[in-house]
Amino acid sequence: MNFEFGRVALVVLFALLPIVGIALGFFVPALRARGPLFVAFFAGIIPILSLYIPRQFLSGETGMRPRLDQWLIIVYGFALLLGIVNVIQNGSRKIARREKGWPYSAVLMTGLFLTGGLGIWGAVSGQGITTLPDGSGTPFKWIADHFFLPLQATIFALLAFFMASAAFRAFRARNTEATILLAAGIVVMAGRVPLLEFLSSPFPPLQPTAAVASQGLGKLTEWIMSTPNGAAQSGIIIGAALGAASMAIRVILGIERGYLGLGGGE
Amino acid sequence: MRTGLLSRARERRPQFAAPLLASLLVLLSSPAFAASPETSPPPAADLPAPTGFSAKDRPGDSGNATLLTWKDPSGVPEGAMIQIRRAVPPAYDWTDIATVKLGVERYEDTTAKDGVVYRYEIAVTVPAAGVSGPPVVSDPVASHDNWFSKDRTNSFIASVLFIFILLISITMAKSGKNIFIRRIAGLNAIDEAIGRATEVGKKVLYIPGIQSMDEIQTIASISILGHVARATARYGADLDVANRDPLTFASAREVVRSAYLEEGRPDLFREEMVNYVTYDQFAFTAAVSARMIREKPAAIFLIGYFFAESLILAETGQSTGAIQIAGQADPTQLPFFVATCDYTLIGEELYAASAYLTREPILLGSMRAQDIAKGIVIVLGIGGIIVTSLGLTWFPDLFKTK
Repeated sequence: MNFEFGRVALVVLFALLPIVGIALGFFVPALRARGPLFVAFFAGIIPILSLYIPRQFLSGETGMRPRLDQWLIIVYGFALLLGIVNVIQNGSRKIARREKGWPYSAVLMTGLFLTGGLGIWGAVSGQGITTLPDGSGTPFKWIADHFFLPLQATIFALLAFFMASAAFRAFRARNTEATILLAAGIVVMAGRVPLLEFLSSPFPPLQPTAAVASQGLGKLTEWIMSTPNGAAQSGIIIGAALGAASMAIRVILGIERGYLGLGGGE
Repeated sequence: MRTGLLSRARERRPQFAAPLLASLLVLLSSPAFAASPETSPPPAADLPAPTGFSAKDRPGDSGNATLLTWKDPSGVPEGAMIQIRRAVPPAYDWTDIATVKLGVERYEDTTAKDGVVYRYEIAVTVPAAGVSGPPVVSDPVASHDNWFSKDRTNSFIASVLFIFILLISITMAKSGKNIFIRRIAGLNAIDEAIGRATEVGKKVLYIPGIQSMDEIQTIASISILGHVARATARYGADLDVANRDPLTFASAREVVRSAYLEEGRPDLFREEMVNYVTYDQFAFTAAVSARMIREKPAAIFLIGYFFAESLILAETGQSTGAIQIAGQADPTQLPFFVATCDYTLIGEELYAASAYLTREPILLGSMRAQDIAKGIVIVLGIGGIIVTSLGLTWFPDLFKTK
């Protein structure tokens, strides 16, 4: 009974009433902006209520809250289709007009249609997109394993080099704050690796002292990370959480409308 | 609480002779008696029974669960455990549902169904020896869903208080009370960055993070995008909004389209201004980085929720010489933006952007409420340090929630 109420309420709130709103919007232009605000209000208030009201119709396994998440996935699927159409439109236009960088678009289109086509073929033929009955990989998987994953790893690996260049720029001692940052950075970097042990390795008499100093450096590193760094992070997190809560309430109440393209607020 | 059937059965002693015993054997072999109550293993005389056993609906949940609590007996042998069994009256077909260690003294039966009446039986058992103590049976219990989650009472009070402060602040702001907002350099620099892009005739690149519209930072970013789009429409600068998430893409397109309409420049709006790149994180990063290098935008906005790609994008943008304005509320990626961008909106500044840029009294009022709430949090934090240092541990418990 509760389950039925939740389902019916969702259909009324997010399907019937918006449709009525859109229809009325043709006759009363002021109503056009109200429809999205109405949907946003209920989409925002239902998860909040489900946090405090654990009734089946609201937050049970088949209640309004989980169903709302399922609906989001469906909407997401259609939005993804819009995205793919946009990629094809933009790529085709660049190739047709021979705009700057059009060969890149040609590669993109080839990859999109080839990979997408093999994926669809795998789904339609029933063999799937991972392995064939004989245990070998499908063409879709071959492309993923031999092109996609290595390329993905390559981009991620670039992060190490970018991190070094960013650290070089950040650690220049231009003023007092930057100098403190530099000192803290050096301590933390040295404390995370066995630097002193490495430096003392050619001098065996110094190694016990280096080991003790390295332990001390490690403790200092932990203190920097947990105390000053932790305190600063907590400050940012508390401020951001309050800001997020405030923004969420503004969105739910229809005060914040910028994300709908309806101006900053009312 | 009642003692089990078995212990009651033990009290009865046979008083009849052989003829009646024969009749009893015939009766026991009939199908009706074949389904008679299953009996527990014979209790060991020296095993004590748990006390204070109760079974009730698990409070504050959405149903389909019962909560069993009891007190462990003392003097139990090593390796002893509590065996929990369940039956549906009026039949007493006991089914083992769990065996828990001593010391736990509670069990949540999440296999219960709402509206079905159950009885529970617990007994001390020693699995290695195969013996069990006398069972204790609960009163009948049925689970149901509840109207309020008591575990979250503190969170509920805090939310109601915050909403109350917010509405009061908004009312005050609407009455014309002047509200001061400190200068936020990153937001002031938006117009400067777009102006520079207009002067040099290059595009403005805006990336609203890689998360979807269910992320509040993305919503904040899309609000800022509206302001940026209005500025590019006013100045006639070219705008490029690269998206990784399809829902964000759809929202961003509507916001930019509306901004150009509001500024009276629908002729400058082109569909490809707001474009979808790809759903994959690093493919998106590669595509946008390449776009930065090839097209060299004069201004780059990295506002929203970013993960590992934050530094790759910001470093690439930095290498092209563009003015970069970043914004993120999550502290994990903030250091990268601070190191590589000209301006960074840190934490709450991201959410303050629409109020700061539009100066709408209602939005300013909500910022005031945010500051009051922050003041309360600071006072509670200092109070917590003092109270906890004095050894009063109940204070932190007030803020614990599930």
